Amino acid sequence: MIILQLFLSFIQIGLFAFGGGYATLPLMEKEIVLSQQWLTHAEFLDVITISQLTPGPIGINAATFTGYKIAGYCGGAVATFAFCLPSVIIVLLLMNFLKKHGTNPQINKVVKGIRPAVITLMVAAAYSIITGGGITDLKGIIIAIVSFIVLQTHKMNPIIVLVLAGIVGIIIY
Amino acid sequence: MKPDNTEKRNQLNSGKIILFSLFSVFFKIGAFTWGGGYVMLPLIRNEVIQKRNWITMEEFIDGISIAQSAPGAIAVNTATFIGNKVAGKKGAIIAVLGTILPSYISIMVIATFFLEFREMTVVQNFFKGATPAVLALIISAIIDIGKQSLKKYYNVIISVGLLFLLLYFQLHPILIIIIAGTLGLFIKEQT
Repeated sequence: MIILQLFLSFIQIGLFAFGGGYATLPLMEKEIVLSQQWLTHAEFLDVITISQLTPGPIGINAATFTGYKIAGYCGGAVATFAFCLPSVIIVLLLMNFLKKHGTNPQINKVVKGIRPAVITLMVAAAYSIITGGGITDLKGIIIAIVSFIVLQTHKMNPIIVLVLAGIVGIIIY
Repeated sequence: MKPDNTEKRNQLNSGKIILFSLFSVFFKIGAFTWGGGYVMLPLIRNEVIQKRNWITMEEFIDGISIAQSAPGAIAVNTATFIGNKVAGKKGAIIAVLGTILPSYISIMVIATFFLEFREMTVVQNFFKGATPAVLALIISAIIDIGKQSLKKYYNVIISVGLLFLLLYFQLHPILIIIIAGTLGLFIKEQT
């Protein structure tokens, strides 16, 4: 029964989680900690820390880990699946809609109108890394600048840049 | 009859091959998406656009718009978009599976074996070093995508205005999308 409840809760979270990972966490906390009382606030903070330190999107990590804490491996799988389901369906429906009506001038205008907002949300994500304590000292600033230069001028593979920066972190901190 | 069969089999094979490479590419991307879905965007540009030519930059930008307009993780939404573009609904499912599997595996391993993982200084220092690189990745994605979607001066103004609404007035991200889409209706001579 808890599995079904978990499924329904995460469908609901997935359906209303607009705005990416960091917008998802408060929603998840409301449902998991306040409404269902599956986890305490302290346990949920653990979930967030682990989610940030683990590869993969934060929302997915948080869903997997919360589901696991509540109902084991199966719970983790169900929560992750339920969290993804609404967004996959909605993206497919939107794509279908645009395929049929994308040539409509009004709809085309809306789609193009959204483009500057895409940049806005990305700038906000960058800003939240800075204000969220992602860069704490001069060393961090230097890593950011060097990574940026390497990415822009040498077109280095981003994965290699991430791993090298992490190794540099282990060495200098 | 024979050539027909061969062709069919080749099509089937190339179908399977594309699904397999979709899975492996998104598995790789999922494994290196640290600190939020936007980190994924430069990885996708590198793997999907530059290396494999699966979609164009223009389609990619449309994909990000759709990913942001739908609820859920940006990474999953972008994977759905690209998977569907490249190989239909099956492709979408495979790309999403590839994206979330690294998360699922690593969370399960950590939850089972070492919950003290986050206390480990090596892990903390690794991420302390990697996070500024994450920022650099996002900024270079902003530049790449901005070059395409902010060509018109009024789009720059809209983008800055929306940023003000988002950060200063704390408007919800979905409202930012809705406002931008509505503004789009009133702008003439878009190209």
